[in-house]
Amino acid sequence: MSLIVDIHKDLGGFVLDAAFEAEKGVTTLLGPSGCGKSLTLKCIAGIEKPDAGHIELDGRVLYDSKRHVNLKPQQRQVGYLFQNYALFPNMSLRQNILCGMRAVKGREEKERRLGEMLAMMRLEGLEKHKPAQLSGGQQQRAALARILVSEPKLLMLDEPFSALDAHLRDSLKVEMRDMLQAFGREVLMVTHSREEAYTMSDSIAVMDEGRLLTCKPTKSVFADPGSVPAAVLTGCKNIAPARKVGDCEVEVPSWGIRLTTGRPVGEGLAAIGVRAHYFNASAPQNRFPVVYQEELEEPFELTIQFRYAGQDPRSEPVWWRLPKEKRPAQFPAELGVSPANILLLYK
Amino acid sequence: MNFFEWLGKADLFPLWNSLRIAAISCVLVFFLGIFFAYYAARLPRWLKGILDVILTLPLVLPPTVCGYLLLLVFGVNRPVGAWLLSHGIQFAMKWYGGVLAASLVAFPLMYRTARGAFESFDKNLGYAGQTLGLSNSYIFWRVRMPACRQGILAGTVLAFARALGEYGATSMFIGYIEGRTATVSTTVYMLYQNSKKDPAVLYWVLVNLLISTVVLLVVNLLEARQKKVVKA
Repeated sequence: MSLIVDIHKDLGGFVLDAAFEAEKGVTTLLGPSGCGKSLTLKCIAGIEKPDAGHIELDGRVLYDSKRHVNLKPQQRQVGYLFQNYALFPNMSLRQNILCGMRAVKGREEKERRLGEMLAMMRLEGLEKHKPAQLSGGQQQRAALARILVSEPKLLMLDEPFSALDAHLRDSLKVEMRDMLQAFGREVLMVTHSREEAYTMSDSIAVMDEGRLLTCKPTKSVFADPGSVPAAVLTGCKNIAPARKVGDCEVEVPSWGIRLTTGRPVGEGLAAIGVRAHYFNASAPQNRFPVVYQEELEEPFELTIQFRYAGQDPRSEPVWWRLPKEKRPAQFPAELGVSPANILLLYK
Repeated sequence: MNFFEWLGKADLFPLWNSLRIAAISCVLVFFLGIFFAYYAARLPRWLKGILDVILTLPLVLPPTVCGYLLLLVFGVNRPVGAWLLSHGIQFAMKWYGGVLAASLVAFPLMYRTARGAFESFDKNLGYAGQTLGLSNSYIFWRVRMPACRQGILAGTVLAFARALGEYGATSMFIGYIEGRTATVSTTVYMLYQNSKKDPAVLYWVLVNLLISTVVLLVVNLLEARQKKVVKA
């Protein structure tokens, strides 16, 4: 069972082209703001209409431009958790959750499910509260409760943690991950945070400027982002244009060096990336003399900016990050990178 | 003769007439204003712009011009007016014609305040309702309207107050017939015209002031109570 999406929408100046499949489990759309992530969710929910394409959920066609199928949002059975949760401000928590059960017959059945859901979401005793009287975390659980009682076939979460305080986020992430696993169906999440994407999802679809660049299991997206935007989104700090000079060798003109790569270099190489954590004073390969520039201290880590000896003065300095306790007394004159840690980024 | 003696003896028809005209206009304008505010927002931008100008025009036109336009359409010698008359319906020079005049002038107040309220409505609330399977009319009456309650209430009261005080269009369209079309505002004018010293003029003005003050007080009370409910 899966969600199949292949949509095209032209907004004049912005074109959305997204095609992907999501299996059971959490799939995250990762991209900068304004890249079309939320628009994609809205198209799946039926709030926005694509110009062309096909959307299918568990074999049920929700939208098909060729067959003129366009189900109303009410018919799609797709749960949508909005960024601001969209709880109805004039209704109590109880009334809000009952809104998700309008199709359920029988008062007792409704009460039973309501009670179950309140217990599951730890919202007991708050039934009479208005959304404004609930904390951020309670609001999120209330909105989720309202969606889950409607028994959606797909759950979509739009930036679920962005409205919460930083200290709440981490504890709620764990909670949310458990709830999503209990849900047991396809979940589509949207975020611009690579940490959230990494902790929460089984696979990641990277989006940039309306295009879907890659859709892969989470770990492999981080290990091999494959394109410059995907490398930036997965947190790669050092990206420089590069060209192929050998089967396993690339030239990086702005850094004035040649690097050996772990994998054969394909055609159409645009750039290489090196994550800031992967520089190593003791690595035997890809070692070059460096000149240190700045040192930025963070609570538990250090960022050290350096330049290669032959680096183009107009190019950005290179970032090296290491845990504070590993700070060497004397900075090494040369830094190396294991060939396996050179990310190959294609056009 | 003081105010209370006068109140005991005076023919209060103009007050009753003003109140019924204002009340009926208020109901009419409430639904029409909300209808147009809701549907105008969904039209393509150029059409919305044109419609918006037309619907707001009565707000800036002199009320006498509105009255003249009403006569152009509903005057008994005009095609529409004559056709209506042949079916036994006449608006000009009738008290219910005052409803047309007051509604026309009060409409933009309701339309614009309701539109402002709808525009500030969080669209996600509507979308969330749709994805939960709620019907569009349920969302409209149970989510959108309560969320926009403040603006809609304000628009309704403003429209009522405006309809109650309507003079220009009313005097053009239904004139002043004692005991039939006389309203508080036309009565004030007629009495003043007849005798500048008649104390009744001042008394009618007092009545008008009283009603308007009460209406505005009620609005403030309602708003204060609503704030309390939200805070509790």
